[in-house]
Amino acid sequence: MKKIAIIGAGPAGIEAASILASHDCEVQLFEKSADTLSNITDKAFLFPDFSSAQELANKLNSQLLNDKIKVILNTEIVDIKKDNDDFKIIDRDGKTYVADKVLITTGYNVFDAHRKEELGYGIYKGVITSLDMERMIRHKQITNSIGEEPEKVVFLQCVGSRDEKSGNHYCSKVCCVTAVKQAIEVRKQLPKAQIYVFYMDLRMWGQGFEELYREAQEKYDIRFVRGRISEASATFDSRVQIKSEDTLIGQPLKMTTDLLVLMVGMEPSKGTRTLAENCGIAGPYKFIASEGPHTNDNNTATEGIFVAGTAKRPMSIRDTLTDATAAALEMLK
Amino acid sequence: MTKRYWNAYQKEIAEDHYFYERSCIRQTFFPGSEAAFLRIMREELHKDIKDEANQHTCTGIGYHSDIVPLETTMTVVARLFSLMQEDGYTNYVPSCVTSFGIFSEMIDIWEHQPEMLEKTRENLYKATGREFAIPSNLAHPSDIIYKFREELKKNMKYQLVNRFTGKPLRVVEHVGCHYAKIFPERGIGNAEFPYVLAGMIESWGGEVVDYPERRHCCGFGFRHYLLQENRGYSIANSKKKFESMEPYEPDFIVCNCPGCTMFMDKWQYTIAEMENKTYDKEGYGIPVLTYEEMAGLLLGYDPWELGLQIHQVQAENLMNKIGIKYNPDEKYRGVNGKILPKPERPSVLKQ
Repeated sequence: MKKIAIIGAGPAGIEAASILASHDCEVQLFEKSADTLSNITDKAFLFPDFSSAQELANKLNSQLLNDKIKVILNTEIVDIKKDNDDFKIIDRDGKTYVADKVLITTGYNVFDAHRKEELGYGIYKGVITSLDMERMIRHKQITNSIGEEPEKVVFLQCVGSRDEKSGNHYCSKVCCVTAVKQAIEVRKQLPKAQIYVFYMDLRMWGQGFEELYREAQEKYDIRFVRGRISEASATFDSRVQIKSEDTLIGQPLKMTTDLLVLMVGMEPSKGTRTLAENCGIAGPYKFIASEGPHTNDNNTATEGIFVAGTAKRPMSIRDTLTDATAAALEMLK
Repeated sequence: MTKRYWNAYQKEIAEDHYFYERSCIRQTFFPGSEAAFLRIMREELHKDIKDEANQHTCTGIGYHSDIVPLETTMTVVARLFSLMQEDGYTNYVPSCVTSFGIFSEMIDIWEHQPEMLEKTRENLYKATGREFAIPSNLAHPSDIIYKFREELKKNMKYQLVNRFTGKPLRVVEHVGCHYAKIFPERGIGNAEFPYVLAGMIESWGGEVVDYPERRHCCGFGFRHYLLQENRGYSIANSKKKFESMEPYEPDFIVCNCPGCTMFMDKWQYTIAEMENKTYDKEGYGIPVLTYEEMAGLLLGYDPWELGLQIHQVQAENLMNKIGIKYNPDEKYRGVNGKILPKPERPSVLKQ
């Protein structure tokens, strides 16, 4: 019986653990937090079908009810060392675990919006992130900085993605459709609000995404403006003033809004960066590098160490689960 | 507590032994400011600072107006550095923010294109027979005042506090574009939230006004003003800032750039004449100070020696709020002791 260590109990880790256990592997699933799936349970609804994030989390968690899967919570893995035919998995306290093969599914963190100082996150209360908005949607409490129902809500795409200043030149892939999804949710909760989405270009690459974008305009009266916001500042009445350029009409634009929602992109999580560096398998932007761009995408440069999900690049939940399946099958070879 | 990323943007500022380079326009518009800086450095901080008599322009205004070519500016900058070297200094301190930007830019070009550095050495030697060294430390005087703000506070007679209400004065700070917008990492606090003036204000008891157009251009913008046909752009920019700060009722504005100080001061007069509008409640306008004037006032220096009477918007109301003692009869006394004629009063802006 193969002994497998999976590091990170997000969707990729759980999906792979479930498949490997069903193929008679003994799986240790490590998670640094006190609970699994934190990057799913912090959301309300999922694109493109508005299904419940909590229901998906429940379904995935149910896959862990398997005698061959041992979930080890509150354990941060910081290094993996080859030891003859085995791997030694080392946690923050120096405790060692042994496995035949290792799968890294340490995932992503959202971009820290404080780093885009000109957008005022953490300075002005009316500036929030897409994660903050997700909480507001879930609790049905979309309010401005003084606790009132907002009359205007502005979403800004590509915060910390495709951005020279933050050093993240890559696209985070999921923010475009997430903004469309959130804008529709806001419309459902605030029928009278004016809702704008500022974008560079909308990358509606997935099945159902383009239709959702069209529906947002036609059915939900969401207004899309092609332009980046150069700066945000507080007004005397605690609202947020933004400056941009509408690049389709070539005119500068100034607008005051109650809420500015920053669509924060994906960055490698702390765990991903630590293992990428300590195991010598770091790729661009300190995501974990897979072996090849077309084939062997779940292998790393170290034989026996595999990678799946957003630990290697931004991807949607659907793509993450597919990738985890592929990784599990690769490990069974 | 909110993490303020701009606190991480600090720069190395030399401790002592500075070579000071004066500004072309500051000596005309705020003639007491540079003298006040030298006094603060020598008498308050006991630093060694050289005020070289043979210095000259950095070409900044001509350079940014496309009148002076890059190679000429480089050679002129090199000559200034040769004066510093000749005097035995390595820490260069240009009074003007545009000069600071010019020096930062030339040094950066030389670092990236060594052939330009060699060409400049050759040009300077051919033209003057001089050689030069690049400064080991380049800092703006506002950097130095910021660095020693707590030491200066110990010597201050006054604080930025309204003596009638006991509340901190509300201060608008405006940092020159060429301080951190060209090379953000060379300014304290970077380009988005420069902290160089805000740090002084907060240390000395005041409160920084964070208004929507805080980062907007002061209205100078070089070509916007230098070409007469463009001056409408200049005053429109200043007006936008005044309208944005007005609801916050600032007690005064402080700047570290000669252009900003001048335009935010003088355009208040022009707007008052054009539109019968002032941006304070009482019709006196919002005083605009240099950071040396702000420091000098708090240190108890004579406001007329600081040159406050040269400003368009007069500062008596501000001094009264702080409790600064001054003699109104001395306001227009010249350096030879003779009382000069009083300037004509504006028709709208009260004085």
